Amino acid sequence: MSDASTALVRARDLTRHFAVGGGLFRKPSNPIRAVDGVSLDIARGETLALVGESGSGKTTTGRMLLHLERPTSGTVTFDGTDLASLDAKSMRALRRRMQLVFQDPFGSLNPRMTIGDTVKEGLLIHHLAEGAAADARTRALLDEVGLRPEWADRYPHEFSGGQRQRVGIARALSVGPDFIVLDEPVSALDVSVQAQVINLLMELQRQRSLTYLFIAHDLSVVEHMADRVAVMYLGRIVELATRDAIFAEPLHPYTQALRSAVPVADPNVRARRIVLAGEPPSPANPPSGCPFHPRCHHPAKDESCARLVPPLEEKAPGRLVACFKQPPSSVSWEAQQAAGGTRAPTLHLPVLATDARPA
Amino acid sequence: MTDTTALLEVRDLAVYFRGAAGVARAVDGVSFFVDKGETVALVGESGSGKSVTALSLLRLIDPPGRIEPGSVIRFEGTDLLALDEERMRQLRGRRIAMVFQEPMTALNPVFTVGDQVAEVARIHEGASRADAWKRAVQMLARTGIADAERRARDYPHQLSGGMRQRVLLAMALLLSPALVIADEPTTALDDTIQAQILDLLRTLQQETGSAVLLITHDFGVVAEMAQRVLVMYGGQVVEAAPVRTLFAAPAHPYTAGLLRAMPRIGSRRTRLDAIPGTVPPATAWPSGCRFRDRCAHEWEKCASEAPVPIEVAPGHVARCHLVSDPARRAAANLAGAPT
Ligand SMILES: Nc1ncnc2c1ncn2[C@@H]1O[C@H](COP(=O)(O)OP(=O)(O)OP(=O)(O)O)[C@@H](O)[C@H]1O
Ligand SMILES: Nc1ncnc2c1ncn2[C@@H]1O[C@H](COP(=O)(O)OP(=O)(O)OP(=O)(O)O)[C@@H](O)[C@H]1O
Ligand code: SF4
Ligand code: SF4
Ligand SMILES: [Mg+2]
Ligand SMILES: [Mg+2]
Repeated sequence: MSDASTALVRARDLTRHFAVGGGLFRKPSNPIRAVDGVSLDIARGETLALVGESGSGKTTTGRMLLHLERPTSGTVTFDGTDLASLDAKSMRALRRRMQLVFQDPFGSLNPRMTIGDTVKEGLLIHHLAEGAAADARTRALLDEVGLRPEWADRYPHEFSGGQRQRVGIARALSVGPDFIVLDEPVSALDVSVQAQVINLLMELQRQRSLTYLFIAHDLSVVEHMADRVAVMYLGRIVELATRDAIFAEPLHPYTQALRSAVPVADPNVRARRIVLAGEPPSPANPPSGCPFHPRCHHPAKDESCARLVPPLEEKAPGRLVACFKQPPSSVSWEAQQAAGGTRAPTLHLPVLATDARPA
Repeated sequence: MTDTTALLEVRDLAVYFRGAAGVARAVDGVSFFVDKGETVALVGESGSGKSVTALSLLRLIDPPGRIEPGSVIRFEGTDLLALDEERMRQLRGRRIAMVFQEPMTALNPVFTVGDQVAEVARIHEGASRADAWKRAVQMLARTGIADAERRARDYPHQLSGGMRQRVLLAMALLLSPALVIADEPTTALDDTIQAQILDLLRTLQQETGSAVLLITHDFGVVAEMAQRVLVMYGGQVVEAAPVRTLFAAPAHPYTAGLLRAMPRIGSRRTRLDAIPGTVPPATAWPSGCRFRDRCAHEWEKCASEAPVPIEVAPGHVARCHLVSDPARRAAANLAGAPT
């Protein structure tokens, strides 16, 4: 865990609700709790990965850290400044230091702008360069992300997915940011090109001392890129730990299942899977108590899981987990029993093993 | 290699799209076979021709695309390209079924999912309305949908992505087809749901005895599901091998490159070995070997002469000049996945 002096980005109790109207076949329902009490610190120069299933609130969290989405409640502090306290002018100045790279290399570029103008836009908006100096900076940026400077006059449709993603990265870099939210930057790319972009992102981070929030689906990419990993489930962080801890010994039952579900690229073995019951619930209608309880495989899961909300608490130094059945927990066994609990907490560490695959 | 007992045999398949940008040779000389009951993976990058290959097996190529003369698709001994449209229609769904990546577009939004599964039984087997509905509900239950009787009355948008994919599998496997073509059936799903769906596909396949042609670009999925693998690049199959051989001893530089480019848990490297460049458009394949502008081992012959498929070992074929040049091949030292 990073301490206060080194955290560049700090979020406390972030919540974002979306109102939903009545659909064609549905009655108006509860607001969607897209993000529900997220707290995290990102240290200078580190990569924090944010993983979790579709709809768990990763993008919404990333956008709130950049103040592109207003939190319903909670605070974001960037380099010691509370973003909510800033007026529009100061916010614009700070915006230069935090950037976003999107997943979709096709939808995120303006098709009517040359890639040079796209990259240059930030320089002009923030008065970082003008005229010939801006053009020279643009060419240098294209070169830095592995695009030919003479391509500045071309339009996005002339480029492949990987090349467009490089344009998006150059656009983000143009203003000299400290912090970049990478929202699934390689998910839409093929393996061979994905490797190029991952290498580029890691190199840029080293050269420019960048801090990343890396939003991802693919755990093998996360293991490659991340220093620490936060796992989200239904708008909450359920586990936050170093990369090695998350991969070697995940503690939250959801992380354990997620880790075991990654297909193993070795035809000689077959992964021993933790199969989750049921379907992912809707954030408009989250389960009571622990949001994971309808699908949980922990042997001590009981009535109390449907009644008590497990706090995200430290199980070992730097390891935060939201499950009161994994000891130690501040939710005592007595409190669990009072909530209908019948199975005493017990450490559950399913072996993430592989078996020889039958011929 | 052809096998007289193969369920599906494809030879010299070519599918071209003629448009303003020129002729897109999307599939260009593809040959392979699928045996009864086996799972064959078709892998390759975006634009390599996987989906066009799959659609042409069902003869679902629309103009300006065309299956070129000289192509051969033989299924259960029948020449599919010689069948009239009526017989082809009977075959689709009954003997060859297809599962698509995006279930939302494959399902009709204005009918309940139960009706859509039942429709398959009604069309192909003339089942009565009541019987067809009963079979649909049974099949939905077999795919692990809880409370199938009630869920069958839901419309597609009321189901999660994983459940919709279960519905598509129910439709595809209802009539125990001899061949199921699954085009990236789990690419849009989260890993925990993907694991469930792949498990389900395996189970249903055991029950029905269907062969599966599984299209994917994920080598993890390949390793878990397939007995044999076809690797496509530039509209051609560049390597075909049993799955263990392919991972341990790839013979084509493209296959070796893909295996090394992939990050994988437990083998952290500071830099990934990326393949340089990108796939060119199907209208502009390089002359000679189509992979040569990205290949670290290319030499003059690769530009002047297009490689043909050559047998590396029984059942293992690669389309690369290195195969017939032992000295260069040894020097290239193609390795499989890093461990
Ligand atoms: N503008 C919005 N209006 C209404 N609901 C929204 C809005 N933005 C997000 N949501 C909902 O909030 C929840 C979280 O969405 P979010 O995009 O943050 O998830 P995610 O983890 O990024 O998912 P994915 O992996 O699919 O990108 C989802 O249920 C989503 O439908
Ligand atoms: N209707 C069409 N008109 C013109 N070209 C087409 C058409 N359909 C496909 N192509 C071209 O054929 C080539 C192969 O496409 P195909 O969809 O088979 O690729 P794929 O391997 O399935 O890729 P992906 O992984 O992205 O699904 C591509 O270059 C594509 O542009
Ligand atoms: S609190 Fe209960 S339901 Fe939630 S993860 Fe822990 S054991 Fe499972
Ligand atoms: S034929 Fe030549 S260019 Fe093509 S893959 Fe083989 S070595 Fe590389
Ligand atoms: Mg998202
Ligand atoms: Mg495709």
